[in-house]
Amino acid sequence: MSSLPLLSLVTFLPLLGAAAILLMPAAQNARWIALITTIVTFVVSLAVWASFDNANPGFQLVEKMNWLGGGISYHMGVDGISMLFVVLTAGLMPFCIAASWESIEERVAEYMIAFLVLETMMIGVFCSLDLVLFYVLFEAGLIPMFLIIGIWGGKRRIYASFKFFLYTFIGSVLMLLAIMSMYWYTGTTDIAAILANPHFPPGMQVWLWLAFFASFAVKMPMWPVHTWLPDAHVEAPTAGSVILAGILLKMGGYGFLRFSVPMFPHATEMFAPLVFVMSIVAIIYTSLVALAQEDMKKLIAYSSVAHMGFVTMGIFTITHQGVEGGIFQMLSHGVVSGALFLCVGVIYDRMHTREIAAYGGLVNRMPMYAGCFLVFTLANVGLPGTSGFVGEFLTMLGAFVHNSWIAIFAATGVILSAAYALFLYRRIIFGELVKPALQTIEDLTAREIAILAPLVIITIALGVYPNVVTNVTSPAVAKLVQDNQKAVAMEHVRARLAGTEEGRIIIMKAGMP
Amino acid sequence: MLYAAIVFLPIIASAIAGLFGRIIGARLSELITTVALFTSLALSVVAFFDVAIEGHKYIIPILAWIHSGSFVADWTVRIDTITAVMLVVVTGVSSLVHLYSIGYMHEDPHRQRFFSYLSLFTFAMLMLVTANNFLQLFFGWEGVGLASYLLIGFWYKKPSANAAAIKAFVVNRVGDFGFALGIFGVWYVFGTLDFDVVFAAAPSFVGKSFIFAGHSVDILTCLCLLLFVGAMGKSAQLGLHTWLPDAMEGPTPVSALIHAATMVTAGVFLCCRCSPMFHLAPVATDFVTIIGATTAFFAASVGLFQNDIKRVIAYSTCSQLGYMFAGAGVAAYDAAMFHLFTHAFFKALLFLSAGAVIHSMHHEQDMRKMGGLAKAIPFTWAMMLIGNLALTGVGIPYLGIGLAGFYSKDAIINATYAAHTGIGSYAFTLLIVSAGMTSFYSWRQFLMTFHGRYRGLDHDHHHAAHAHHDDAHDEPAADDDHGHHAPKLEEVHESPLVMLVPLGVLAFGAVFAGIAFTHFFIGEGAHEFWKASLFVAGGEEGELPVWVELAPLVVTIIGFAIAFYYYILHPSLPKKFADRKGMLYLFLFNKWYFDELYDFLFVKPAFFIGRFLWKKGDGMVIDGMGPDGISARVLDAARGAVKLQSGYLYHYALAMLLGVVALATWFLAMGGTP
Repeated sequence: MSSLPLLSLVTFLPLLGAAAILLMPAAQNARWIALITTIVTFVVSLAVWASFDNANPGFQLVEKMNWLGGGISYHMGVDGISMLFVVLTAGLMPFCIAASWESIEERVAEYMIAFLVLETMMIGVFCSLDLVLFYVLFEAGLIPMFLIIGIWGGKRRIYASFKFFLYTFIGSVLMLLAIMSMYWYTGTTDIAAILANPHFPPGMQVWLWLAFFASFAVKMPMWPVHTWLPDAHVEAPTAGSVILAGILLKMGGYGFLRFSVPMFPHATEMFAPLVFVMSIVAIIYTSLVALAQEDMKKLIAYSSVAHMGFVTMGIFTITHQGVEGGIFQMLSHGVVSGALFLCVGVIYDRMHTREIAAYGGLVNRMPMYAGCFLVFTLANVGLPGTSGFVGEFLTMLGAFVHNSWIAIFAATGVILSAAYALFLYRRIIFGELVKPALQTIEDLTAREIAILAPLVIITIALGVYPNVVTNVTSPAVAKLVQDNQKAVAMEHVRARLAGTEEGRIIIMKAGMP
Repeated sequence: MLYAAIVFLPIIASAIAGLFGRIIGARLSELITTVALFTSLALSVVAFFDVAIEGHKYIIPILAWIHSGSFVADWTVRIDTITAVMLVVVTGVSSLVHLYSIGYMHEDPHRQRFFSYLSLFTFAMLMLVTANNFLQLFFGWEGVGLASYLLIGFWYKKPSANAAAIKAFVVNRVGDFGFALGIFGVWYVFGTLDFDVVFAAAPSFVGKSFIFAGHSVDILTCLCLLLFVGAMGKSAQLGLHTWLPDAMEGPTPVSALIHAATMVTAGVFLCCRCSPMFHLAPVATDFVTIIGATTAFFAASVGLFQNDIKRVIAYSTCSQLGYMFAGAGVAAYDAAMFHLFTHAFFKALLFLSAGAVIHSMHHEQDMRKMGGLAKAIPFTWAMMLIGNLALTGVGIPYLGIGLAGFYSKDAIINATYAAHTGIGSYAFTLLIVSAGMTSFYSWRQFLMTFHGRYRGLDHDHHHAAHAHHDDAHDEPAADDDHGHHAPKLEEVHESPLVMLVPLGVLAFGAVFAGIAFTHFFIGEGAHEFWKASLFVAGGEEGELPVWVELAPLVVTIIGFAIAFYYYILHPSLPKKFADRKGMLYLFLFNKWYFDELYDFLFVKPAFFIGRFLWKKGDGMVIDGMGPDGISARVLDAARGAVKLQSGYLYHYALAMLLGVVALATWFLAMGGTP
């Protein structure tokens, strides 16, 4: 469509910036190059969005060329599901760079390079339409993240990065096996081609689904494979947490939407109850755990797990509202949790502690900070009028239609989220300012206002007019849901026919798998 | 449309005061928000005549909101009669409270923030009442909850205020849990959240069932009950009422506006708004009646022995809301709305008068330290008197002349009797008894405050207060913040004019709102007045027995007599009674021990389970079996051999590389053909 390979441009621009930093590795150069690169990338991502046709449910801006030979190609494209994740990734990056401006003082060039490489990998994941390309980017993206935690992280960074590694490693090995087997079965690694005609036999679907699930569930993360996340967050530098919560967690949900649901409809139907149970446990369990936290970042990390529970719950209802709500929730959470981690970063930079008990009464000296933090806290609580509400509401609506029990349990999470989030806010912001160390704490600097103010605006704007998002996602979601329902219905027919002799003959004649 | 400005002027003013308050200063912030509110009020009055009297109806689309597949919910300003009534109540009380606050909050350094919150609240409340679908109503619903949270915790240095703010929000969320499920259910059943469409379709679902939580249940009963759970939270009905008394931690104008006149009536509004649906679900409305009547009784009983002047009124509010629900439950939605309307005037009046007393008393709220103030602050005395007369519903039966409460409260009591059902009789009995208790606590409060001997400088009472074990978190809270001690009687002065004028306006309403509007709200003109916006039952009321007509007045007089006996004739008796600490006294004084029960049942276990799951679930089970168990083995092997962080990196990169290699090998082994 477009003569300019926009997707490749948006994907590889950050890599170009990384190369530039290699040439000019002085700290201040690195900062500026990284900032400019990420902003330009963001602008390009907006251009991608602008040339995206909302009405078309298929892949757009497609680029395809031979890569490894055979069926493996360099194949890029976006649809309504992936489009906004590209914008989200590119959009969060400048904030990450800006947030690291003063807090990172050692090995600045390496740090910036790691982030830029990470950006390329992440955008690539959302754009790639080839299994091998997807796998390579999906896994390779973890390396810079791993480095960011391991080198610029906190005291227990070794433990955290090891845990992170162990979980994701096991997941990715299984996914790799699944990808190989898919290639063996279909003869192609082209995602678009497989999506156009997904007909894996039911038995095979089951284990392929499980293999992908192992990887995505860890990424989400779903209970009970979530314990790496709080540790990773706690040890990661602020910007690392933002990316981790904002983008990396979304890859799991994206994976479910791109692979599990459309490619393995039979297995999806079969395992949906399992996902619901895990989601509900995640929502209630981690909300309760969040209530008991003493470390700000851990609290927000646990709340992330709970919020991702809404996402998986919504996606597997396979209703329009559930799936769209899941996508919206991911995008909203990307902004809101990112912003919350930035808020933690603001006071961490001043006090060098994340312990909740070390704060209290900050509103006395930091009214602007208190205001911003309040908006994000409320969005985290899912207050209507903020972006956090739309996703939660739609996913629960979808769940209710599917089975009211799920919605009932999930809704208890809404009560608990209010409790832990407001309790956190109270302990940090309200009260007398009595701690001696806090007496001279300063309110937001101009740089910090420039970081937080846009996020406040986005959080409220998406809550008031979420159609910005749903206009993009709707056609693709409708297609996903319809295709899945069709496939499930077909499978039911096939299963019934296979029970009789005539039925088997009909199947043979029709050439059904 | 101009009427949209009613809703949006307050939010614009709120944004200006909130964002630029520090630049434009406190005075300008007060001015902008107050002027905006009075403008809204003027437009609301116009809208009231246009809609309620002239008979128009407006549905003004503002913006698309959530569209997802077949789910559609938009921002809309809908004005029909029930909305028009609410518009007048909300903007009326709010503008007066804004004005009053200029005086009341005069010394507060954060007035910009205060006025910004007040206007924000008003906006959310207006969004609630002008909603054209359940979702926007829910937006307003949660929005007022937020404003309430912010205003209760306005004096953020007070730990008790912060705790009360969180409690209010979280308990309301428990109600919203039901409300949200109700909304899901409405959409699931009707395929839309639009009021007109849902209510039009409701009759065709009578007697039909659907599967909810694994059981086959009656659709309308289930939906109405779920929605009512939301109403219970917002309107502080029995079980979900615990937040309201604590909410008195907020500044008094807030209590008047949010926790008396407007927000807490949102639950009643919801039931009335959904009356076309509720009246089709008799099981649900029976439940509403029971809860309403029981709350009226419960709250009145607790109000009997409270010593904080604001808490008495808070329990009174809780109790009066119970009356409204009891009325709605027996299908007297018009009477419920009427009581909501009149209650707004006299309860706001009572709260603001109490605020004036507190202001004059230098922030002393304990009535045991007041007494004999009538001479010092006669205007406030008169205002409080009018408020009490209106609340207790004083009037002359058969002649039909009385203050506001006389019309609306008696209409509800009569409706419960006229229902001629077992549940109706239950409600009738409780409401009559509650009316007596209402009279007692109101006059007790009045007499303790304004009559008898001034006790402000007595110190024994203060110590006595601490002797009550519950008082530890109860009364000293009022002292904590300001550290004021009660002034000498000569130092007690009338509040400034800016506070007294709103009192006068409200008093006017408390006297005349009943007699002026009874014809429209519940009289012959009711059908024409409400039109389709409210379900108005047919008039097969018939004549009521004489004793039913007279009962409210009789119990009111008895209540007054008892209060007079104990607090004027024998003022030493109550203290003896309190010091004896009888079972009944403690039970009532400690609010039926709801807080202790909930703390034991929910709050403590939640934190305990949270800790347990974190340390044992995550820490020992998941990590112990998983990563830590494995890592222990790996570390044993690798310790000292490699630099750790790079070591893992290598492992990881190696694994990935191996993966790609394996894939490529596989691909080659297959001969490279697709």
